Amino acid sequence: MKSKFLNLVAATGLLASASMFGGVSAAQSADLTLCWAAWDPANALVELSKEFEAQSGHSMSFEFVPWPNFADRMLNELNSGGKLCDLLIGDSQWIGGAAENGQYVKLNDFFDKEGISMDDFLAATVTGYAEWPKNTPNYYALPAYADVVGWTYRKDWFERPEIQAEFKEKYGRDLGVPATLEELQQIGEFFQGREIDGKTVYGAAIYTERGSEGITMGVTNALYNYGFLYEDPENPYELEGFVNSDAAIAGLEFYKKLYETSTPPGASDAYMSANIDAYKSGQVAMQMNFAFIWPGVEADPNTGGGKSGYFANPAGPAGQFAQLGGQGISVVANSDNKDAALEYIKWFAQQEVQQKWWDVGGAPAMKAVLEAPGFNDSQPFAKTFLDSMAIVKDFWAEPAYASLLLPMQERVHNYVVAGQGSAKDALDGLVKDWDEVFEDEGKK
Amino acid sequence: MDNVADKVASATPPSIAHRVKGLSDRAIAWIFVAPTIFILLAINIFPLIWTVYLSFTNYAVNRPNREVKFIGLRNYERILGDADTWATMQATAHFLIWTIVLQVLIGFTLAYLINKKFKGNDLWTTIIVFPMMLSPAVVGNFWTFLYQPQIGLFNYVISFVTGADPSSFSMIGDIALAPWAIVIVDTWMWTPFVMLICLAGLRSIPDSIYEAAECDRASKWRQFWTITIPMVLPFLMLAVLFRGIENFKMFDLVVQLTGGGPGNLTTLTSIDLKREAFEKWRTGFASAYAVILFVTVFGLASIYVKALNRVKQR
Amino acid sequence: MSFSVTEPSHGQKWFAGILVVGYALITLLPLLWIVATGFKSGPDSIAYPPKIAFEPTVEGYVNLFTTQTRLSNEAKAEPVDDLPWYEQLVRERGNTIVGTSRYSERFFNSIIIGFGSTFFAIVLGTAAAYAFSRFKVPLKDDLLFFILSTRMMPPIAVAIPIFLMFRNLGLSDTHAGMILLYTAVNLSLSVWLINGFIDEIPIEYEEAALIDGYTRFQAFYKVVLPQAATGIASTAIFCLIFAWNEYAFAVLLTSGTAQTAPPFIPTIIGVGGQDWPAVAAGATIFLVPVMVFTILLRKHLLRGITFGAVRK
Repeated sequence: MKSKFLNLVAATGLLASASMFGGVSAAQSADLTLCWAAWDPANALVELSKEFEAQSGHSMSFEFVPWPNFADRMLNELNSGGKLCDLLIGDSQWIGGAAENGQYVKLNDFFDKEGISMDDFLAATVTGYAEWPKNTPNYYALPAYADVVGWTYRKDWFERPEIQAEFKEKYGRDLGVPATLEELQQIGEFFQGREIDGKTVYGAAIYTERGSEGITMGVTNALYNYGFLYEDPENPYELEGFVNSDAAIAGLEFYKKLYETSTPPGASDAYMSANIDAYKSGQVAMQMNFAFIWPGVEADPNTGGGKSGYFANPAGPAGQFAQLGGQGISVVANSDNKDAALEYIKWFAQQEVQQKWWDVGGAPAMKAVLEAPGFNDSQPFAKTFLDSMAIVKDFWAEPAYASLLLPMQERVHNYVVAGQGSAKDALDGLVKDWDEVFEDEGKK
Repeated sequence: MDNVADKVASATPPSIAHRVKGLSDRAIAWIFVAPTIFILLAINIFPLIWTVYLSFTNYAVNRPNREVKFIGLRNYERILGDADTWATMQATAHFLIWTIVLQVLIGFTLAYLINKKFKGNDLWTTIIVFPMMLSPAVVGNFWTFLYQPQIGLFNYVISFVTGADPSSFSMIGDIALAPWAIVIVDTWMWTPFVMLICLAGLRSIPDSIYEAAECDRASKWRQFWTITIPMVLPFLMLAVLFRGIENFKMFDLVVQLTGGGPGNLTTLTSIDLKREAFEKWRTGFASAYAVILFVTVFGLASIYVKALNRVKQR
Repeated sequence: MSFSVTEPSHGQKWFAGILVVGYALITLLPLLWIVATGFKSGPDSIAYPPKIAFEPTVEGYVNLFTTQTRLSNEAKAEPVDDLPWYEQLVRERGNTIVGTSRYSERFFNSIIIGFGSTFFAIVLGTAAAYAFSRFKVPLKDDLLFFILSTRMMPPIAVAIPIFLMFRNLGLSDTHAGMILLYTAVNLSLSVWLINGFIDEIPIEYEEAALIDGYTRFQAFYKVVLPQAATGIASTAIFCLIFAWNEYAFAVLLTSGTAQTAPPFIPTIIGVGGQDWPAVAAGATIFLVPVMVFTILLRKHLLRGITFGAVRK
């Protein structure tokens, strides 16, 4: 009895001294909490992380928040100085704010010490998920999940002879993967209201969500390809004539046309999960969505097993781009378990773990995994994924990103869904809103 | 009611008052009231003063490193000069007015019918009350599902009644319908509230008044307009006051239903305020916005209460 | 039965009854749909067009309490005979259970915060209401109005400074913080309601007790409290329902530790897409207690929802 008590005292003393010096010895086990969005890849990560738990002796908890609430909840958590998350797989656009306000731990020294090189990861993901300021070697995250907007289509419908014949007659070309956005819209219009297997189906499910970031993540796929630029390439934060150029206006008009001619009725507030629902329940021929859903499409009995095909966002008059999604994994500066959290990142950055990450349904950004021979054939969507990752562009990652995103949501939704004003009005208004934000920020 | 303590004092003979042991009444009164006042000061008044202070600054929660500057009335000027603010006020007014009109009409009718005291009216009244007691966020979220044109129940019920194709309209997506979509759900939830208050009003009318009117050969129609309506009016006005304040504050139900869309059509002031305060994190600006809302609610409510008192005195 | 001019005729009663019952049934429809969806399978819940007749399953409830991931192809090949029924159910959809979900945790948070804040709101509110009812409190009417007016402020507006305050005091996302906040919000209701109930107790009872040599305090808890018990109990249920349903503060001030069910339920999500049966199951479990309370409360309902302004 007595010895037990003494042991307890000794243990408590050790604990106290360890925490007093702030140094957590590697042998001591911590309870780490990893925060991310609630989606399929997160469930896969839980499985993957069991290996880390076994190796390190640390235990892992997870806090997953669905996409529409993810930014709200997690930025609230960071700004309220909470200690909920030790590791945060935060969205790419948050990096500026989190870096400037010291909410993420800067990882350069750690990378140098552990021999982790950012050259081993896809350049676009390093810029998108890890760097702040952009294009400087200051890292606040390790690319964790590579993601990009792409398209899924009902291959089984596309391949039906009667549908192919009718399409050829109408448009003078074969029905297949569209080479341009224009062609995509024609295919959407072709399927709109068509009777297939006794059900009325529609053209395409696209992003139209108002409340968080949905319609912005959708419309940019049209805007980029028609020639929209966030700013003057020579003159940072100079927006006039780039955000609201004639080409950008044409892009926005295209997205409205796509919305009006090709989407199911009532798809006025749709984001990732609504589009999945529409596609899986057999309502639409094509679906715009982030690549993370592709393993799920393959696994579903209604859409998997060769019934679906995949293609990268088609080109527009100004080129071929796709909206970047995906996240890097960061250590939260406020965490009490920073050392254990870094251990996790070290474990996660190993090539075997990254390979396994791909195998369980994750999307690593490590070149060694993506460029390995046989990668393209490892999954039906593997090649489309690589092609898409090669053409990515991202939204602002400024510390004021939310102040930039909200007016874009409002202006675009107002024009595309509510049908108010013209595309020019919407983008002129956006320039005005963004100018105001940059003036407040003292950047203009 | 206000001088109960006096009554106790005067009703209690001095000799008895003398024999009361323990703490003095004054001490007990303070011990009993102080914690409540303290908590309300700490959680309500202190924050309010802080909000007023912040509203004159450029403070932003997510910019701990930025210098906090006094910018005078700049935040107020920007809010009141912004067309978007007025758009949200308009959306709020549309929501407020129509929910009140519909709830008063339906609620009063229901109360009038229930007051016919048919068999089982208690049971059905309780059932009608259910929606009002439930969590607006949870129920509002489910209504997005009910409103979904292809898979939701609402459009199919409407199409069953009217014959229109269920996929031909979208309550949340159409700009003409979205402002009504939120009115419908709020009316579904809160009509029972107005109904209960009207019912209390109807039951407070003594039968003798109707009997006297009957003796005077007043028609039922006349009785309704000269007895029922005037006697229920103070109750009805109270119901309108409560609904007005509640719906001015409306957030949970609508944010779950439409997220403020399409465009800005259902962005009520509370939703707009939430975006400024907790998404853009413009704390100073949002504080000014909050102050404007306080002043509006208190201003409108106190004018209304004056009118209510006048009606009551009649 | 005596004839009365105010007693409605038989026909009027029938007419009124049919209209009211009709309204009640329509009003129940969305609630029934929630309950029914909870027992549908995933595909049935998003069937197009919606299904009224369906094969009931508890899949939604299983999904509600578990987190799942897709079965890998190797795992699919493994024998499944000795697995518990819920794992088998999940496997039919090609998934496997990897752990329990956060729902029960959120539900218990709702219980802890709901009951905790109700307890404090009632204890403090009863004391204050007694003092307001029986003693000469300076500026009483102003204080009572002040207490009521705290309820008029939009929660989002109040949340801005509360957020800052909680952050500085370390109360963000804690049970204590939420209990304190809901106590403050509920105090206005409890003071007003209980004040009304105590006003109705004849003052003579206490006088008699005082003459018998009770102290003021003894008179309070031996005479007044038992008399006001029903009123206090119904006030408590109102406070509980408010705390139970509250969303705006909860969504802004809680995240991982102290989050209650209302902000959590709309965010329940399954493997690939929103899992409506699980959302409906979560909603059903959450809504049923309130319905039971509503039935218990029906006599005091009106008084509760109008802050005692209408007493019936």
